[in-house]
Amino acid sequence: MDTVLELRALVKNFPGHRAVDNVSLSLSRGGFYSLLGPSGCGKTTTLRMIGGFETPDSGQVLLAGNVVNNLKPWQRNVSTVFQNYALFPHLTALANVEFGLRERGDADRREQALRALDLVELSAKRDRLPAQLSGGEKQRVALARSLVLAPQLLLLDEPLAALDPKLRKQMRAELKAVQRRTGITFLFVTHDQEEALSLSDKLAVMNAGRIEQFDTPETVYLRPATAFVAGFLGAINWFGSTGVRPESTRITRQKPSDVPCRRGAIESALFMGNCVHVNTALDTGGRAVAEVPRDQHDFKEGEPVWISWAPSDELNFEVAS
Amino acid sequence: MRRALLLPARLWIALFFAAPLAIICAYSLLTRGDYGGVETPWTLESFARLADPLYLAILWRSLWISTLATALCALLGFPLALFIARAGRHKNLYLQLVLLPFWTSFLVRTYAWIFILRDTGLINTVLSSLGLIAKPLPLLYNDGAVLIGLVYNFLPFFVLPMFATLERLDPSLMEAAADLGARPLSTLRRVILPLSAPGFVAGAVLVFIPCLGAYLTPDLLGGGKSVMVGNLIQNQFTTARDWPFGSAASLILMLASAVLLAAVMRSRTARELI
Repeated sequence: MDTVLELRALVKNFPGHRAVDNVSLSLSRGGFYSLLGPSGCGKTTTLRMIGGFETPDSGQVLLAGNVVNNLKPWQRNVSTVFQNYALFPHLTALANVEFGLRERGDADRREQALRALDLVELSAKRDRLPAQLSGGEKQRVALARSLVLAPQLLLLDEPLAALDPKLRKQMRAELKAVQRRTGITFLFVTHDQEEALSLSDKLAVMNAGRIEQFDTPETVYLRPATAFVAGFLGAINWFGSTGVRPESTRITRQKPSDVPCRRGAIESALFMGNCVHVNTALDTGGRAVAEVPRDQHDFKEGEPVWISWAPSDELNFEVAS
Repeated sequence: MRRALLLPARLWIALFFAAPLAIICAYSLLTRGDYGGVETPWTLESFARLADPLYLAILWRSLWISTLATALCALLGFPLALFIARAGRHKNLYLQLVLLPFWTSFLVRTYAWIFILRDTGLINTVLSSLGLIAKPLPLLYNDGAVLIGLVYNFLPFFVLPMFATLERLDPSLMEAAADLGARPLSTLRRVILPLSAPGFVAGAVLVFIPCLGAYLTPDLLGGGKSVMVGNLIQNQFTTARDWPFGSAASLILMLASAVLLAAVMRSRTARELI
């Protein structure tokens, strides 16, 4: 597979701190990729350097093998879906989608724009102004406006963050479907681990300006490279420098044999619908959470229990956080 | 309680707006006194005299000069406001500079232009000492000088509302335009200009209406040759001692301003602005 984007040792400093610290990354054509990290980790700054809105202090951005560090946004064949959508408020949905095509001077821009609106199922509202569209509809116009230009790479800056939770899940599925249908490479920035895990072919976890791990969702979740990655992608119980996911943590009344275990007491139980999150206080100090199937939960608050796990479920790191 | 609290505002409007307006209305319908002032009988003669082609020409000329001044303010004020809106941390400094002329008297500022424009003024002296002109250019006491004075004095009234509009523009819109392939000039034409319409409307109203009533600038820089409605009204209350005619001209000027303002307020952009 050919490489559509390559970042080489990218560095960006802002007054007082280093926003992006030696980031290298290579994306193959046609994939769905995510940059995942807490706010302030440098993921948006990285995206803005790819889009041409920030200039790297050092390092290189390569698009299809060419260094584009000095190219302006309008000279790069990438497009961005902005967090607040940035739709032109004085233009209809259709005119918004046509904006880039008109710049390019395409004669059949009307047909192209209509097809793009069709792709995001918004043809019926093509004559509405952005103010007359809902959040999800604005989102689709922004997506169509970028996709219609058939960019080499589509950058999405937390595009689902402004939507309500139900709509967010629906748009998530649509986003993936659109990516598969168009075959355009997506680079999706988010701080939501569930979003990144469910959407991505591969995801890069960023922390403090660096990429801590870049791999498939399965590997990143099951074999996190660092304690930060383990902690950021889902909850984790720490037993010394050993991490165990709540779904791999067992609670029993009898002391289990042949597996590592700790003594503790039930603190509380949170009913989650499909399971119960049982919180325990360890006798050695600290806490642990176990995800227990609904029908197996009959623990009382304050009851002494054993907390155990299978050695194969351990996540071990050199330095525990 | 509510009525009591509104009382000062009502009194203020009655005292400083309604009463003077009523007096002007009454004066415009009376006959002139020999030494100024007004006498009975009531008559519509002042309004009839305004229909004279001479006065219509002055009214027309005022509208034309005010339109030109407004257009020039827009032409100069828009780039200036755009520059200030994007000046980052120096924004406030530039805004203060725009307002700096207000620290001196309007009269002093207008006189300063006489020193710049007259035959022995700055421009003519520099040009002739460079050998570029044989005799002084006629820069003062004409429409051009009046226009310069009006634009100079009222430019801040255009820049400030325009700045307010431009500063509110979401920067990500400009980034989105660049991202979609628009070069800076194209972004200006297709995104910034259309979205600045409220600033153009507000700035134009704030410049056009005071220009229409200006009398000091045309008096000093036009040298009496370049008469606008404001000068006509001033003359009626001073040298001509024809208060009814001056009052009638004032009312017509007010009416013209009100009609224009109403037209602007009914327009689409203004409705969006409010």
